[in-house]
Amino acid sequence: MKPFALFAVLSLVLAGAFFSCGGGSKYVTVGAVGPVTGPAATFGISTKNGDTLAVDEWNAKGGVLGKQIKMVFADDKGDPAEGATVYTKLIQQNKVSAIVGTVMSNVSLAGAPICQAAKIPMVATASTNPKVTEVGDYIFRACFIDPFQGTVGADFAYNNLKARKAACIYDLGNDYTKGLAEFFKAEFTKLGGKIVADEGHDHGVTDFKAQLTRIVQAKPDIIYNPDYYNDVALIAKQARELGFKGPLMGGDGWDSPDLVKIGGSAVEGCYFTNHYSKDDTRPVVQDFIKRYQAKFNEVPDALAVLAYDAMNLTLNAIKTAGSTKGPAIRDALAASDYNGVTGEIKFDANRNPIKSAVIIEIKNGQQQFVTTIAPAP
Amino acid sequence: MGSIFNTQQIINGLQLGSIYALIALGYTMVYGIVRLINFAHGDFFMVGAYASYGAFYIFNSFLGKGTPLAIVVLVFAMVAGGAIATLANQFAYKPLRYKPKLSSLVTALGVSMFLEYFFSAFPLIGASPLGFPEIIHRASFKIGPAMIDNYVIIDIVVAAILMIGLTLLVQRSAIGRAMRAVSQDKDASKLMGINVENIITWTFLIGGAFAGAAGLLSGMTYPRIDPYMGILPGLKAFIAAVLGGIGNIPGAMLGAYIMGIAETFANAWNSLLGAGIAFIILIIVLLVRPTGILGEKTADKI
Amino acid sequence: MGKLKLPQLTLVAALLYVLIKVLSLDSVGALNGYFMIIINRSLIFVILTVSLNLINGITGQFSLGHMGFAAVGAYVSGTITTLVLKLSPDVVSNYPIFIGAIILGGIGAAVAGLVIGFPSLRLKGDYLAIMTLGFGEVIRIILNNIDYVGGPRGLLGIPKFSTFTIIYVFTFFTIVLIRNLIQSSHGRAMLAVRENEVAAELVGVDTTRYKVLGFVVGAFFAGIGGGLLAHLLQIATPTQYGFYASALLLVYVYAGGMGSITGSIIAAFGLTFLSQFLQLGFDSLSSITGINFGSEWTMVIYALLLILIMLYKTEGLMGMKEAKLLVIEEGTK
Repeated sequence: MKPFALFAVLSLVLAGAFFSCGGGSKYVTVGAVGPVTGPAATFGISTKNGDTLAVDEWNAKGGVLGKQIKMVFADDKGDPAEGATVYTKLIQQNKVSAIVGTVMSNVSLAGAPICQAAKIPMVATASTNPKVTEVGDYIFRACFIDPFQGTVGADFAYNNLKARKAACIYDLGNDYTKGLAEFFKAEFTKLGGKIVADEGHDHGVTDFKAQLTRIVQAKPDIIYNPDYYNDVALIAKQARELGFKGPLMGGDGWDSPDLVKIGGSAVEGCYFTNHYSKDDTRPVVQDFIKRYQAKFNEVPDALAVLAYDAMNLTLNAIKTAGSTKGPAIRDALAASDYNGVTGEIKFDANRNPIKSAVIIEIKNGQQQFVTTIAPAP
Repeated sequence: MGSIFNTQQIINGLQLGSIYALIALGYTMVYGIVRLINFAHGDFFMVGAYASYGAFYIFNSFLGKGTPLAIVVLVFAMVAGGAIATLANQFAYKPLRYKPKLSSLVTALGVSMFLEYFFSAFPLIGASPLGFPEIIHRASFKIGPAMIDNYVIIDIVVAAILMIGLTLLVQRSAIGRAMRAVSQDKDASKLMGINVENIITWTFLIGGAFAGAAGLLSGMTYPRIDPYMGILPGLKAFIAAVLGGIGNIPGAMLGAYIMGIAETFANAWNSLLGAGIAFIILIIVLLVRPTGILGEKTADKI
Repeated sequence: MGKLKLPQLTLVAALLYVLIKVLSLDSVGALNGYFMIIINRSLIFVILTVSLNLINGITGQFSLGHMGFAAVGAYVSGTITTLVLKLSPDVVSNYPIFIGAIILGGIGAAVAGLVIGFPSLRLKGDYLAIMTLGFGEVIRIILNNIDYVGGPRGLLGIPKFSTFTIIYVFTFFTIVLIRNLIQSSHGRAMLAVRENEVAAELVGVDTTRYKVLGFVVGAFFAGIGGGLLAHLLQIATPTQYGFYASALLLVYVYAGGMGSITGSIIAAFGLTFLSQFLQLGFDSLSSITGINFGSEWTMVIYALLLILIMLYKTEGLMGMKEAKLLVIEEGTK
C-alpha cells in the first residue's frame, strides 16, 4: 500500500505540472460551444463553422486588441450535464474571456449560471427559450426568442394557411420544444383557433404512433411540431402513415438538411419559422453565403449564420471595451448596436435582440423562402 | 377525445411488440442457458441496424429496391447480429463462465459500452443519427377504421416466421433438444454427452441473429438509427422477457406483445405513463410474481 | 480489543490534505482549478463507490440502481440550497446550511433505501438486480417529470458550495464510518449474509435486518455523494443518475475489488483520472493530427480496459484485501 500511495501522490504532482501550463497572454482566448455530436449534430457543426469563419476573418485582419484570437471550441453533445462540465472547463482551464454558445436552450440554461457566477459574458447563438437570458446580466443571445417565434408560427398558420384547428406534439424532455408549443397554442387560441389535440412524447423515443393516432383522430388542419429535425422527420413520416394529409409546422429546430434526408416526402409542403433564409436577396446575406461556401463547400443554415453573428458581436464588444475583462466586455455587449447577417442586433432590457423571423416552406425537397415577419413595434 | 382502446392502437402495439419479441427472445434464450443477463444484447440489435444500413448501400446498386433486396439485407443483418453475439461470447463471456456470475454481468456491461462508443466514435458512422433508407416502397391502406401500411404487416409477419422457426427448432430438432437439456441441467447434459459449450455458442448465435433482424425491422419502421438506439428497446425487451418468465421462450413472445400493447396504450393516455410503464410493469412483476407469467417456480436449492 | 488505528488514519489523511492544498495554491501553481475539479470528482466517487461496495461487496446484495439514491441526495440538497439562496441571497454563512442540506439529502436517500430495500428482500441475485434497476429508473422518470425541480432540464444554478475541504472531510468520514461498520459485529453479520444467507439465518443472524441496513447505510452515503456532486457541477439532471451511471459505478466497485474499501478508493481515483487523461490525450492528438477525436474514443478505451480487468483480474485490483491502515488490528487477549 505504501508504494501505491507514494506513486499516487507523485503522479498527482506530475500531472498537475502538466495541466497547469495554461494559455499565455499571447492570445485573446474566446470559448465556443455547440452540439457537434448528439441529437442536433448538424446544428453543432454549422455553429462551429460559423464561429471559425468569424474568427479566421478577424485574425486575417490582425486579430483584436493587437493579438491573434484563439478560439477553443467544446462539444456539449446536446446534454445539459455535459454542457455544465464544458462551460466550467472553458472558464477554469482555458481561461476564456467570453463564451459564444450554445445552440440548445436546455444546455444554455445549464451553462448560463456558471458563466454568470464567474462573470464571464455568454452570448448564446441560437437558444430561443426566454429563460436563458433571465439567468443574469452576463447572459446575452444573438437570436429572437420563442414568445415571438411561437406567435409568428400561429399567425402564419391561422392567417396564411387558414388553419382553424391545430394539434401539437412536442418533446416533454425539452424546455425549448415545450415553451415554443405553449407560445404557439396561446397565440393560436387568441386568434380564434382551436387546439384539438395536445400530445407530449418522451425524449429519445422513435415510436410516436400512439400520440399521432390520437391527433389524427381529432382531425386537425395542421400539426405543430416544434421538435428538433431528427424527431420531426420521424413524426412527419408516421403522421403520413396514419393518414394525415395536412401540413406540419415547426420552429428553427427544423433547419437541417437531415430533415429532408430522413423525412423525405413526408415533410414536403411543410413550414417552419427560422432566423434567416438563403434566398434573402440582401447583399450582406449573399456575400456571407459566398464566403461560407468557399470555405466549407456548403450553403450555410441559420445556425451557422447565428454563430457567425454572435462571434462577430462578441469580438466587436471586446474591441470596443478595449479589454479582455468580463465586466468590461459585458458592458460593451449591452450597449452594442451591431449589424449582422441576420439583421440588426440591439439588446432590449432582457439582453434579447429584436429581430425578424422568416417562414420557410419545404418544396421539392428544398428550403424555399416564403415571407419575412417583423416584430410588432 | 376518442377511445384509446381502438383498433389502430392495437395494431400499433402489435407492430412494436413484434420488434420487442425478437429482442426478448435472445435475452431469454441466453438467460435460460447460462443464467446471464446479457446487457449487451440491445447493442447486438443496434449492430444489426447498422449492418442493414451498410448492406443496403452495398447491394442496392445490384438489386434495386424491393423484396429481393430486403431479403438479402435481412440475411446480412442476422449474420451480423449472430456474429457479434458469438464474438462477445467467445472472448468476453466464455472465459468467465465458471467464475462468479457478477463478473460476467460487469463484463456484459463493458461489452455494451464498448459497442456503443465504438460505433459513435467513428467519424463516418458517427455519433449523429443516420437516416435509414427505404428498402421496400411504403404503401398505406385503410382497413376498417385503421390505417395500415405494408411495414406493419412486414414487421408482424417476419417476426412471426422467425418465432415459429425458433419454436420448431427448439421442439423438434436435436439442437433444440440439447438446448432445452442444457438450460435445465448443465451438468447432467454434459454427462449425457452433449457438448455444452457448443450449444451455448449456438444459443448466442441464434439470439444475436434475432436481435439483428429486429434491428433491421426497427430501422425500416422508424427510419433513424444511432449507436445508442439499443439501450431503451433492449431494456424494455428484457423487461418483457421477465414479464413472460425469463428463460421461457413462449413467455418472451407473450411478454413482448403485452409490453408493446401496454406501452402504446399508456402513451396514448399520457406520455409520462408511457415513459414509465415498462418499469412499472417490471416492479409489479417482481413484487407479485417474479418468475413471470409462464415461468415455473423453482425451489431454492439449499 | 482491537486498536482502531484512527489516529494513524487521521494523520495520513491530514498530511495528504495539506499536501494537496499547498500544491493547489496559486503561487505554487501545480494544481489548477480544473485539476482540482478532477480531484474533487474522484473524492466524491470514492464516497459513491464505497457506499455501493457496502451493499454489493459486503452484504452481497446486487444493486443496479445505486445512482438513484445519489439522485435523491442531489435533488434534496440542491433544492434546499437554491431555495435558501433565493429567499435570502445575502445569507452570510452558507456553509452550515450547505452541510445541513447535504445531510438531509443523505437522510432522504436513506429513506429511499428503506423503501427499496424492503420489497427487494424477497428477491435474490438476478431478480434483485433487475428490481433495483427498475427502481433506479423509476426515480429517474419521476424526477424527469417534476417540473418544480426542472424536469428533464434538471436542477440548475445550484450554488458551488462543494469545496475541496468539505468534500475531503465528508470522504474521510465516509471511509472511517463504513470501515468501522464493516469491522464491527454488524459488518460480520453482513458478510455472513453475503457468504451464505441460509446458513447465516440458521445461526441466528437476522438477515432481513442486515440486508435492509446495508441498503439504508449505502443509500445514505450515496445521497451525500450525490449532494456534493450536484454542488460541484452546479447542476443535477435525471439522466446523470440513470441506469448508465449506476452501471458505471458498478464498474468502479468491481475494478477496485468487491468488499475492499482500499480498492474502491484506488478505483475511484484511478478511473476518474484515467478518463480525464485519455480525454486530454485524444484532445492533443486531435490538434496534432487535425482529425477530430471525440470523447467517444476515451470511452472506447475505458470499456476495453474494463473488459480486460474483468477477464484477467476478475476479483478486481485489490480483490478482497484491505490496506493495512484500514484494517482494525485484533489485539492479543
